[in-house]
Amino acid sequence: MLTTLHKQLLNDYQRDFPLSARPYQDIADALGVTEADVLSAFTELNGNNFISRIGPVIPPNHIGVSALVAMSVPEQQLQAVADKISAYPEVNHNYEREHRLNLWFVIIASDAEHLRAVIDSIERETSYPAMLLPMLDDFFIDLGFKLDLNNA
Amino acid sequence: MLDIKDRQLLEHIQLGLPVCSRPYLEIGRLCDMPEVEVIDRLTRLKQQGLIKRMGVIVKHRQLGYRANAMIVWNVPDNLIKQLGGHISRFSFVTLCYQRPRQPEWPYNLYCMIHGKDKATVLKQLDQLIDACGLSDFDKEILFSNRCFKQRGAIYQNPTPALADG
Repeated sequence: MLTTLHKQLLNDYQRDFPLSARPYQDIADALGVTEADVLSAFTELNGNNFISRIGPVIPPNHIGVSALVAMSVPEQQLQAVADKISAYPEVNHNYEREHRLNLWFVIIASDAEHLRAVIDSIERETSYPAMLLPMLDDFFIDLGFKLDLNNA
Repeated sequence: MLDIKDRQLLEHIQLGLPVCSRPYLEIGRLCDMPEVEVIDRLTRLKQQGLIKRMGVIVKHRQLGYRANAMIVWNVPDNLIKQLGGHISRFSFVTLCYQRPRQPEWPYNLYCMIHGKDKATVLKQLDQLIDACGLSDFDKEILFSNRCFKQRGAIYQNPTPALADG
């Protein structure tokens, strides 16, 4: 069950999280609660897996290089192949999508050579060809996502 | 531009800000940096756009946004910036990238829509297509199914060890 405080923290602090010595105290002051309330609410949101983390969103390719990769894997083998791919520390998202190309994952590596080495290793290990889709341009200005939490 | 200390700082903080009274002090301890320098550097990186936003990163699925579609279009290269900019202005869009076309994969414009269910996402997509004039371009809609892994970007150190597993 989400409280009003949970909902405020989820929707109002996706951007402009305070960059100050006592950020949770600043949030508490703004919302008229105590720092302890804010700390325990964030601990609950973390514990319930409603948030991934509090942190920066960094534009792609400013640190390291990233690429989206697509593969076509027979359904019976999909879980096993996906598990192999997820085991790579360089893989940070890995999803099944409803398409002939049914496995989509993102690799983040330190440089182009490292990226190539990871792709080669994945192709060898899974024996499926990988379609590499590096990002050429990023049009998205990330302002966070407005959640409708009325029924949450 | 990012200097080596910026990189070290981002490598630590991207794992998540600690939930405690002085979180930037904690981050500073991890990268041997005074609290005030951590705050100053993050403030500057944000002003420079090297941090797009700083804050809560939500898990859409757990919060009831179960449908996620990646939509790919084949649009003329000379229109892509304008179309990408227009698409990015919709609140339900959560990513919008240009990627290179591939043999047998002619798409160059990618966007992501998160919604509570498929019907809502398709309705939002129709709205997007109308507003941005995308109806004449070939597209495919790829809804996500199982999520095998999702975590924040982990940027590796300059000399990472490759996983052999």
